[in-house]
Parts: sequence; C-alpha cells; structure tokens
Amino acid sequence: MPSLATTETLIASSGRKSFRVVFEGFLHLMLLACAVVSIITTVGIVLVLLIESLQFFRDVSVWEFLTGTKWSPLLKPQHFGILPLFCGTFLVAAGSALVAIPIGLGTAIFLSEYASPIVRDIVKPLLEVLAGIPSVVFGYLAVVFVSPIIKSLFASADLFNAANACIVVGFMILPTIVSLSEDVLRSVPRSLREAAYALGATKLDVTIGVVVPAAMSGIMASFLLAIARAVGETMAVTLAAGATPRLTLNPLESIQTMTAYIVQVSQGDTPAGTLEYRTIFAVGLTLFIFTLLLNVIAQWILSRVREKYE
Amino acid sequence: MNLAQHSNGRPYAKFASKCFALLCGFCTLLSVSVLLLLLWNVFSYGWGSLSWNFLTSWPSRFAEKSGIWSALIGSLYLIGVTAVLSVPVGVGAAIYLEEYAPPSRWRTLVQINIANLAGVPSIVYGILGLGLFVRMMHLNRSVIAGGLTLTLVVLPIVILSAQESLRAVPSTIRQASYALGATRWQTIWHQLLPVALPGIMTGVILSLSRALGEAAPLVAIGAATYVRFTPQNLLTDEFSALPIQIFNWTDQPQKGFHEVAAAGIIVLLVVLISMNALAVLLRQRFSKKVKW
Repeated sequence: MPSLATTETLIASSGRKSFRVVFEGFLHLMLLACAVVSIITTVGIVLVLLIESLQFFRDVSVWEFLTGTKWSPLLKPQHFGILPLFCGTFLVAAGSALVAIPIGLGTAIFLSEYASPIVRDIVKPLLEVLAGIPSVVFGYLAVVFVSPIIKSLFASADLFNAANACIVVGFMILPTIVSLSEDVLRSVPRSLREAAYALGATKLDVTIGVVVPAAMSGIMASFLLAIARAVGETMAVTLAAGATPRLTLNPLESIQTMTAYIVQVSQGDTPAGTLEYRTIFAVGLTLFIFTLLLNVIAQWILSRVREKYE
Repeated sequence: MNLAQHSNGRPYAKFASKCFALLCGFCTLLSVSVLLLLLWNVFSYGWGSLSWNFLTSWPSRFAEKSGIWSALIGSLYLIGVTAVLSVPVGVGAAIYLEEYAPPSRWRTLVQINIANLAGVPSIVYGILGLGLFVRMMHLNRSVIAGGLTLTLVVLPIVILSAQESLRAVPSTIRQASYALGATRWQTIWHQLLPVALPGIMTGVILSLSRALGEAAPLVAIGAATYVRFTPQNLLTDEFSALPIQIFNWTDQPQKGFHEVAAAGIIVLLVVLISMNALAVLLRQRFSKKVKW
C-alpha cells in the first residue's frame, strides 16, 4: 500500500505530528500485542505440558509409558502404559470415522450434485445447527437413547461401550465432513462435468469417475480434520464409553480414551504435584501431539487445494 | 445422456445411476434426522421437569427438587468474562493481521499458528488453564480462571471470523480513505469497522455460543458440579455452568436425573438458539445498509 506510507510521511512532516503519530504508534503496538497473544498461547500450552510431563518422566520411563499395556495410575499396583488409553481413542476415532465418512460423503455429494437450491438451503442450516450442539448433549443422547438400543441388540455388551461413543461422535463430526467436502466438490470446474457427459457418461459415472477424484485431496483433508475432532472429543466419550482402560478392539466392551482419563482425574481430588496429577499432563501432551499432526497435515493439503483452484 | 440410454453395452448404467442418487439422498435424510431425533428425544424427556421452580432452584440430591439456578448464573458470568476478554483481543489481532502486518514470514507463522490453535482439543486448553491460571497464577477454581480458559478456547475462532469480515471489505474503500489523507487508524475506525461490524458480531456470537456449550475445559480446571450458591466475587468464588451440570446429571445412574438433564439441555439449547437467531438478525439488519 504505497499511498499509506505517503500519508503518514505527510502527517509526520506537517509539524503537528506529535499527538496523532504517537497515538497511531500506540495503537499499532496494542494490536500487535493482541496478535502475540496467540503465539503466547501456543508457547504456554507447550511449556505447561512439557514441564509437568518432564517431571512425570523422571519417575516413569518414556519406554514404559509408550509400550506398557496396563494403565492404572489411580490404583495399586500402579501401571503407566498408555497403550490401553491409546487403543480406546483409536477405537472411538476409527469407529466414528466409519459412521461419519460414508454418511458425510454421501450427504456432501447429494448437496453438491443432486440437491435443488431449495433443498440445499434447508439442509445446510440444519447441519450448521447440528454442528453447534454441545458435545455433552451428544453424551446425553448416547446414555439415554443409543445405549439401551445396543444393549437390546447385543446382550453381551457392557452398559457403557465404545460402540455407543462411536455412533454419537460419528454424528458429531459429520457436519465437518459435509461442509468441507461439499465446498471442494462444488469448486470442481463445471467444464469437467460437461466433458464427461458429452462422452456419454451417466451422472453416476461423472460423480464417481470425475468429480470425486478431482476433489479427492480436499475430501481427504475433511476426513483428517473430522478424525482429529473425534480424537479430541471429550464429554460425549466420557459419558458414553465407560471408564475402563482396556487393550481391546471389541466395540461392545467398556473402554477409556485419553480425554476421558483426563476428565476422570480432574473430577477426583488428586493433589497437585503428585505422580497421579502429572499423568494428565503426560496424557495431554500425547493427545496434543497427535491432534496437532492430524491438523497440520490437513491444513497442508487444504492450502494446496486452494492454490490449485484459485 | 441419450447415448447412455441407447447403448446396449451397459444395460444397468441408468439404473445404477438412479440407485446412487437415492443412496446419497438417504444419507442426507439420515444426517438431518439425527438432529430431529435428538431434539425430539430431549424435549419429550425433559419437558415434564421444566418449570419455573426448576429454573430458580439449587441443585439437589433428589432429582425432583433439583434446579439449574446456580449453573445458569454461573454460565452467564462465564460468558460475560469470556466476551469481555476475547472480543477486544480477538478483533485486535484480526485487525493487526489484516491491516498492519505486511505479508511476511512472521505473518504466515502467526496465521498458521492460529489455524492450528483452532484445532487443539478443548480439553488441552483445560489442562493449560489448570497449570497456568489455577496453579501458577493462584486463581483457583474461580469464575475468572474459567473465563480465561474459555477465552483461549474461542480466541482462534474469533480471530479467524473477524479476519474474514475485514477481508470482505473492498480495498477501494481503503484506498479512497487514504487518498483523502486519513491515517491508518482513521481508516480502520471510520471506514472498515462500521462496515465489517455485522460480520464480526456474527462471528463473536457464534464463538460465544461455542464457549457456552464447552464443558471439557471447565471440568479439567476442576469446576464444581454441586454448587448451592451464585458467585459473588469473580476472583475467588467457585462456580458451576450449564454443560457441567448437565454432564453431572447425565452421569447419575438414576433415571430421574436423566429427565432433569434433558430439562437442562432444553434450557441450554434455548439460550444457544436465541444467540444464533440474534446473530442471523444482526447479519440481515446491518448488511442491508451498506451499498458500494
């Protein structure tokens, strides 16, 4: 903005600069400080997690933490192997992806390729409302509605189980997939579709053979973002999946995720400074690194998609 | 299309295409029906427990006597603190990034950082709040500690939405203002902000409604689930909040408490929906006035 520099130089040279120039400079600094808050937040997260985790790792070796198959910090004998929590988180993330990906992609394709503008104008706000519903409400739905259904279908199922959590978390992350995928599907140039139609393709051929592959990277990014949300999802999982850290892939058993463990410790009266208290920072650090990786990859893919179509 | 109809090579092509359309339509129906099912379930369960008494009573060990007063007031205080902290800082950061920072490595770094912060699970912010506000700054489990934690949760969303509204203002407006001799801040204050305000307000309201529904960070900093008073001093008093109260009631094994939880959810959803309606109203009301 060259005009800008000129204006400010003009004012500066006009003699009555003092107040206005000082005021502008002051505001500049204040606004810069606001932007720096976001950097401080990141540094704060990393520092707080690292400091407490390092103290935790003085008592428990990293190797034991990462490869141990038993997690029972609150009971004697104590075990600090995060694998059961990791397994619980993985089970919920994978299960909810299994629910959300087909339904979400189907919905996105319908909205972008088939729906009339009126239908789209009705469905999209409804999905926005669904996205705005707090996670604790989904937890309630899992306990009151989904759990009795699963219990009646599978008599052997625990009252609280991973499948409960997978279903409600699946519908929680659905709007993320739909809105992002729909955006990329719609941004596929019309000419590609018309070229395929001209070759005698049916609408199915065009959608599956041309539009979806063209939008694939964006769709993948939406999946990753949704999975990252499922990994970090807390209240619904705590209510629905139980509180038994267990190394299992059976969705009908009671499990515990990393997030649910943090809630469990927070709700109890674990005194600060103890080893038990520090476990939540070590688990939090693992969770943070994990979701950060997923997000960074997704952001990277999305930035490449934007370059492609702009 | 006609060619496909007449070609004998793929007799089922047309049929398969129809089936696929139906399948996608079914998916859409399913997505939407979950929302309706959720609302129907909550209302049919909770309607009976909803009364003036429920709104104005303290929580209790007995489901029938339980009320939501302390949680409601706690949530209002929390949202107030969060709004006061997050709006100036968030909008300020957005103005800095859009209007002041020249395109540079530093700006890209801040931008990527904000995008990633938006993806950090809210429970991690709770752990940060626990370590930083509750322990290091000795704010204990006060309303301020909760509000600060929620501020960090919503700040990236406020910044990103405010940036988007600022970016939507045509650059000709800026250039015209500078050409008339206005300084940078005069341009922002008299030209950009009035125009971008409805968009910024919408983003702010949506962020605050997210903060209102967040339970995880508050649970992590140790917010109480059984509070029979309203906070008098924001710096010292413990608090409860709507989502925490709902979590606590849902976690009880007795059916009675589930009905109270549903009633609590109705209150929460009513507040959320009225906030969203306000956002839509603001958007429509103010966006009409601007004509380029």
